Amino acid sequence: MKVTYIQPDGSEQTVEAKPGDSVMQAAIAANVPGIVAECGGSMACATCHVYVDDAWTSRTGTRSESEEDMLDCAMSEMKDSSRLSCQLRLTDEMDGLTVHIPEEQF
Amino acid sequence: MDLIEGHAPLAPSDDIPVLDIDPYEEAVLADPFPYYAQLRETGPVVFIPRYQVLAVGRYEETKATFSDHENFVSSRGIGFNDFKLEKPWRPPSIILEADPPDHTKTRRVMSKALSPKVVRGLMDDFRSTAEEVVDGLLERSEIEGVVDLAEAFPTRVFPRAVGMRDVHARHLVDYGAIVFNAVGPDNALRRGAMARAPEVAAWINAACARDRLTGEGLGALVYKAADAGEITPDEAAMLVRSFLSAGVDTTVTGIGNALWCFSQNPDQWEALKADPSLARPAFEEVLRITSPVHTFLRTANVDTEIAGHPVPESAKVLCVLGAANMDPDKWGDPEAFRIDRRPVGHMAFGAGIHGCVGQNIARGELEALLTVMADKVARIEPAGEAVWRPNNAIRALDRLPLKLIPK
Repeated sequence: MKVTYIQPDGSEQTVEAKPGDSVMQAAIAANVPGIVAECGGSMACATCHVYVDDAWTSRTGTRSESEEDMLDCAMSEMKDSSRLSCQLRLTDEMDGLTVHIPEEQF
Repeated sequence: MDLIEGHAPLAPSDDIPVLDIDPYEEAVLADPFPYYAQLRETGPVVFIPRYQVLAVGRYEETKATFSDHENFVSSRGIGFNDFKLEKPWRPPSIILEADPPDHTKTRRVMSKALSPKVVRGLMDDFRSTAEEVVDGLLERSEIEGVVDLAEAFPTRVFPRAVGMRDVHARHLVDYGAIVFNAVGPDNALRRGAMARAPEVAAWINAACARDRLTGEGLGALVYKAADAGEITPDEAAMLVRSFLSAGVDTTVTGIGNALWCFSQNPDQWEALKADPSLARPAFEEVLRITSPVHTFLRTANVDTEIAGHPVPESAKVLCVLGAANMDPDKWGDPEAFRIDRRPVGHMAFGAGIHGCVGQNIARGELEALLTVMADKVARIEPAGEAVWRPNNAIRALDRLPLKLIPK
């Protein structure tokens, strides 16, 4: 399956991933810039923040309360579409998922 | 029941291999790498008869056990003492030694106080202080890296970040060392820490009172959470205490270990000078290869298992973070210090709900210091033997004689 990351300047990168991976893990494996993920997926750093593309928000589920708390601490503005990509697990119906990377992560 | 090291005796399942060594012997603490390798090679989980505890050191099992806060709790102590069976030496930390739902509430307050946004606001002070400290040291032919730099920098910026009116650099550094030695077995290190604890803890507790803090700073943010009813005023004082136990000695250790890594790997210092944007990833690699917190324990709160082996309720488990960070199955070439490795998922800040809540501020301090040094320091050279300071949970330097050659 594929995931597309769109940078703040509009450039795109599409990477291969498999169901069960997090959107953060898929980005780190492919060296996608802007997904820093310093804490490694513990919801402790808010440096893997992404905005889910509007076309996909119905398929990415809802964020937990603790994820929302951490997003509220993130460097770039929290929007309704904000997720920590470490908490966003890929499922079959998310093939082709597109996320936007914020301006700043730390 | 007769307790062993403050916890219940453990009769492990026959299928768990035995590792008959003392991980807390001072020679092992000074050079733990052979022990880390032995631990990983012996099995996914091992029994250490001397202390009647289990231990994990392979990456997968260490991460899984450390993060499994439902089966392996923190509220019964992250050291040898089982708080369910024996009273701890100080009131337990309401964040480090707590489980959900209590932990969730205090963690939220601390996450907000230590958020990336808050740290961004501290960076100017971190950078200008780093410049002052480094400029002063460059005038000298030789420095003692631990006292002159590793301790000097955080003890200037961190109390100011917290908003402390009282600053006692020695007590601030030693408090962390005492708390971390206290999580070990009843050895000379722990007894030494306990002997100093009353004096240092009394100073710390007094310095955390609201009227000893300014209205600006991380401490004030925590007391404002009490004003808002999120926590009680007593809990706020406890959380300010947590800044000091977890935020000074650990950062001192991180800086000392970074200086040691670069003094031993001059090519990596050249790489950082060539691309100072590697300061943050370089610190991650320092953390991975030196593991400033080498071991914390968990307590099985129910009958459970590790890697298919049964683990009974009340078993203490050493989670050897330092061994996980050197697991060749995870890292390939763990012994190589490569500042561009980007070791996402290293265990130096723990993982899961108890992952270090202050990791963003630690990264901010190191980013500031390493960036300033990369700009001003041509070479970091050893000027004598580096000596490690044994501690039951921390791997820190005691002395690090260095020459800083200016650009």
